Amino acid sequence: MTRAVMQAGAPPIRAPERAAPPASEEVVPQKPLVRMRNLDKVYSNGTVALKNLNMDVYPQEFISLLGPSGCGKSTALRIFAGLGAYNAGIMEWPQAMHDVSGKPEREVGFVFQEATLMPWATVFDNVYLPFRLKNQSKAKVRERVNEVLELVGLSAFAQAYPRELSGGMKMRVSIARALAPRPKLLLMDEPFAALDEITRTRLSNDLLNIWAGAKCTVMFVTHSVFESVYLSQRIVVMAARPGRIIGELDIDAPYPRDKEFRLSPEYSAYCREVSNLLDQAMRS
Amino acid sequence: MTIEATLVDDRPEGATAPVRRSWSDTIDAVLPVAAGVAFILGWEFLVRYLEVSKFILPTPSAIVATLIADRAQILTALQYTATVTIGAFIAAVVTGIVFGVLLTQNRRIERTFWPYAVTMQVTPVVAIAPLVIIWVGLDRVWLSMLILAWMVAFFPMLSNTAIGMKSADHGLRNVFELYEASRWKRFRYLQLPSALPFILAGARISSGLSVIGAVVAEFVAGSGGSRGLAFMIVESGTLLNIPRMFAALVMLSIFGLAIWYVTSAVQRMLLHRWHESELKQEN
Repeated sequence: MTRAVMQAGAPPIRAPERAAPPASEEVVPQKPLVRMRNLDKVYSNGTVALKNLNMDVYPQEFISLLGPSGCGKSTALRIFAGLGAYNAGIMEWPQAMHDVSGKPEREVGFVFQEATLMPWATVFDNVYLPFRLKNQSKAKVRERVNEVLELVGLSAFAQAYPRELSGGMKMRVSIARALAPRPKLLLMDEPFAALDEITRTRLSNDLLNIWAGAKCTVMFVTHSVFESVYLSQRIVVMAARPGRIIGELDIDAPYPRDKEFRLSPEYSAYCREVSNLLDQAMRS
Repeated sequence: MTIEATLVDDRPEGATAPVRRSWSDTIDAVLPVAAGVAFILGWEFLVRYLEVSKFILPTPSAIVATLIADRAQILTALQYTATVTIGAFIAAVVTGIVFGVLLTQNRRIERTFWPYAVTMQVTPVVAIAPLVIIWVGLDRVWLSMLILAWMVAFFPMLSNTAIGMKSADHGLRNVFELYEASRWKRFRYLQLPSALPFILAGARISSGLSVIGAVVAEFVAGSGGSRGLAFMIVESGTLLNIPRMFAALVMLSIFGLAIWYVTSAVQRMLLHRWHESELKQEN
């Protein structure tokens, strides 16, 4: 099952005829949402953050980027979001519209490690922010904002301020804000790292439900083997110095996943396999 | 999904719960007043008992009597000082915010002008005051006063605005970048709200400084045309009218308190829902 891919100028690691996620039944070859080829990033101090990254991201996938700290997984995520430049390589958005200058319209949402809410604005206004920045009136998108608040279970708190919410609820607002403009790709950078175990488990379950409903791709950065196995269809394992992909693993268990899955021997087997890959990442 | 039911108890304790008024609150409110009353009574008693000359320290009752007797004069003086102070304060707030914002738009602009802002701050205003009065002319002393008081009050507004503009949360800046926010939107919806607590803190400092600035300006201008409370203090001192000196001083304190109260109220009004400084936490 493991495909430990050595990437010395390797060909694309994924054949394009990848099966669609469980939502649709027919298996059609489809264009990837994002195609990353031979991507390098070097920081100005000379540190090689990413070396020869190749990745295809398909619509409606759930991918985890797993690796030890310093392996560049967050950097990679930020590049997907357009929040950082890279030094070499290609990144394409085959399905996106492009503007006159050839810049793709990415349609991404980003959930950061912290909730990064505006403390001076209500929950509603925080979720409205992406629309406000795109010059869309409140009246026009009110329904959509309420809809995503409903989706994350915070309808009753639309007029509350972030200060009045718990850590888990703030993270829900952050997820709602990212989902509001219906992104095709939802990037999540260790969003649950700062939360307690119980809250994290609940949010993981909710995230899977949201993902099933929102029909978007999720890229989830984590350093937890268990979290990645529970959530993802595909785990990309990265190693540090230089940041690179050292292997990939498909988690073929069907959704919806629940406590049963968490306690199943299948789950432990996957965790062991991913752990081994991670050990390999630490050694190299 | 039954998120709703479990969510409600999720909040940190007391985050929004109204703080109950208790005995200790009542005591907190009464104590400062009681201390003031005790102080005044003690003052009155000691001055009478030790038979202190009224040229050195008048009794509180004599001061109040003067306040009432000379009220027309004192109120005119107050009006003069208040006009200068409030005018200078408003000018400091407006110019401080405008220049603070402009300064932070560009690193080079900031580097170029910041040293001069600091120079203006560290130069004692009293030292420039005679010059300003000569330049502006003795026929427009009020304008010199305004300029001097403004110079004292300006810097905290400038530096606080500049720091506030740069204090926006990094994560939030990323969010704005992600959605390709225009410069104006970033300013209006990110930098300005982030700077607001700093600007308001600056305004509170400036309000106090503009009173000081107005008083210093009046002292320096002397009999050149100033008719404010500070000049009244100088004049009464020369005439050995010590009770009136104290009456003017009391008026000045009341005025300073009023300004402080107003700026605090504005701060509370603008920040009470979200900023740490205005929130109460029960433990």
